[in-house]
Amino acid sequence: MVSGATIEVSDLTKRYGDVEALRGVTFSVNEGEVFGLLGPNGAGKTSTVEILEGLRTPDSGRVSVCGLEPQSSGAEFKYIVGAALQATALPDKMRVHEALDLFGSFYPHHRGTPELLKRFGLEEKRSAYYSQLSGGQKQRLALAMALVNDPRVVFLDEPTAGLDPQVRREIYDIIEELKKEKKTILLTTHYIEEAEKLCDRVAIVDHGKVIALGTPRELKERSGAVTRITVRMAKPEANGALGSLEGVTECRTEADDYLLYSTRVPRTIVALVKHLEEKNNELVSLEISAPSLEDIFLDLTGRRLRD
Amino acid sequence: MSHVLSHTWALTVSRMRLAMRNRAFLFFSLIMPLAFLFIYAGIFGRGRVQAVPYLLAEVLALTVMGSFWGLSVQLVTFREQGILRRFRVTPVGASAMLASSLVSNYFLTLPTIAIEFFLSRSVFHMAGLGNVLSIFILVTIGTVTFASLGLIVASVTNTMQETQIINQIIWFIFLFISGATIPFPLLPGAVQAVAVFLPATYLVSGLQRAMIDHTTLLDLGMYLASLIGCALIAFIVAAQLFRWEPESKAPRQAKVWAATAVVPFLLLGLWETVNGDLRSHAMKNLQSIREPYSMERIEH
Repeated sequence: MVSGATIEVSDLTKRYGDVEALRGVTFSVNEGEVFGLLGPNGAGKTSTVEILEGLRTPDSGRVSVCGLEPQSSGAEFKYIVGAALQATALPDKMRVHEALDLFGSFYPHHRGTPELLKRFGLEEKRSAYYSQLSGGQKQRLALAMALVNDPRVVFLDEPTAGLDPQVRREIYDIIEELKKEKKTILLTTHYIEEAEKLCDRVAIVDHGKVIALGTPRELKERSGAVTRITVRMAKPEANGALGSLEGVTECRTEADDYLLYSTRVPRTIVALVKHLEEKNNELVSLEISAPSLEDIFLDLTGRRLRD
Repeated sequence: MSHVLSHTWALTVSRMRLAMRNRAFLFFSLIMPLAFLFIYAGIFGRGRVQAVPYLLAEVLALTVMGSFWGLSVQLVTFREQGILRRFRVTPVGASAMLASSLVSNYFLTLPTIAIEFFLSRSVFHMAGLGNVLSIFILVTIGTVTFASLGLIVASVTNTMQETQIINQIIWFIFLFISGATIPFPLLPGAVQAVAVFLPATYLVSGLQRAMIDHTTLLDLGMYLASLIGCALIAFIVAAQLFRWEPESKAPRQAKVWAATAVVPFLLLGLWETVNGDLRSHAMKNLQSIREPYSMERIEH
């Protein structure tokens, strides 16, 4: 099944001056899959995607998209991929429908502007200038443009970065729709929620390397199924004391909160309450949360994603 | 190849639309050249009919040379804002992108040229139209040449600030020592010796000869060949040095490559220095005005 993958990336490296952006990235994406690259800013997600889009050349390693090498395949490659880039814009005075008409005209086979306007909720804005669009509308236009050539593979680089939560959810709906069309989608994000909600499989990227790869569920299971108990107390406690409570595998502090990772939640809570009584301390708040990709990231790197 | 043409055309139409919505463009490409016409013909020419062809030729040259300014700024803006890189994901190539710059700029220059002719006839009562074919070809080739030089500036500069500085320097040279503002015969000898190496000088002189003496294309052959040679080299170099990404820097040898675009005018300038053809033509052109104050200054 090695050659069956739509996108293949093996041992990719890239350096910008003294900075090693990619240090041997390897993964593959199957046909019709939504694959997420999750990681903090500067992890190497954009470098990876831009190499796949043909915008950058790797220092070493191999990439192929539908069997084509992006850097050398020319128009044949451009016809089958669509992309919403991260750092890009359109001319201020370009109208929405003009942008779709223009970009459509570059491809022998392309989707009609009215269809795209309707699908991406831009009908009312069809004659608006690019500069008059809101962030969410610009992003919807970017997605419409990524699909103008009805591509087999779509690259979405941080499709919801900088958007407010409601607009972000709109974009999720659009991506969910693309999923139904069986497009192969590679998206990058630093929002856990996005990766969990949209992606069939996720590669967690940090410091230019893939540090974990699997379905969101697999990743959670692999993290040892520890449940996080977030507690706040009236008086500060010694970390060591809480870490030695029954069932607790690890204890961290974050601002005023203590994060207890436990394999046996009920016992841990009982032990915690007893401990606090002994110490004459009081519980201010307590929250139990199932492991998320955020915890897995924290677990793997010792850092939070949005640091 | 047919793709390159269809992409070029689609981009040309789009860029013409964008330019017409741009107030700065309208000011620099239409209002300013027309202001030059009124200042030249109305104030310098003192409304005298026989001075108009000479002065109109200068205004036409300024209009054509303006292509140089606008295109580099536009291309650098597109690069800096990350607009170019969006096109890079599509099948559009560098040559289609650059060619659309030249073609759209040409189509946008023509109406200004036509209005300048129209006003010269209707407001300033200019008698003839000169050699229309020669003027048309000079305007066409001149516009492409100066626009190509603009593309070179865009390709060797890394930031808008750098682009603007280089533009200012080159523009002032074109403006003041080409004969487009100060008549060539009135320039000091040392400046004239430099001016014979400038494409702008030949554009001004060629347009004046076509306007005043009805000079044919054949007689302007050397000028045209140099302009075409310069345009070709500039376009090829600009395509080779073309950068889509805002953060990519011009290679160190870029400025050496860019300098090759001046080779045709280096040759023409050397030829001119030996034969001195240009000076006598410029003098003859200027005498067509019979402007008392300027003649006195020449005699001194």
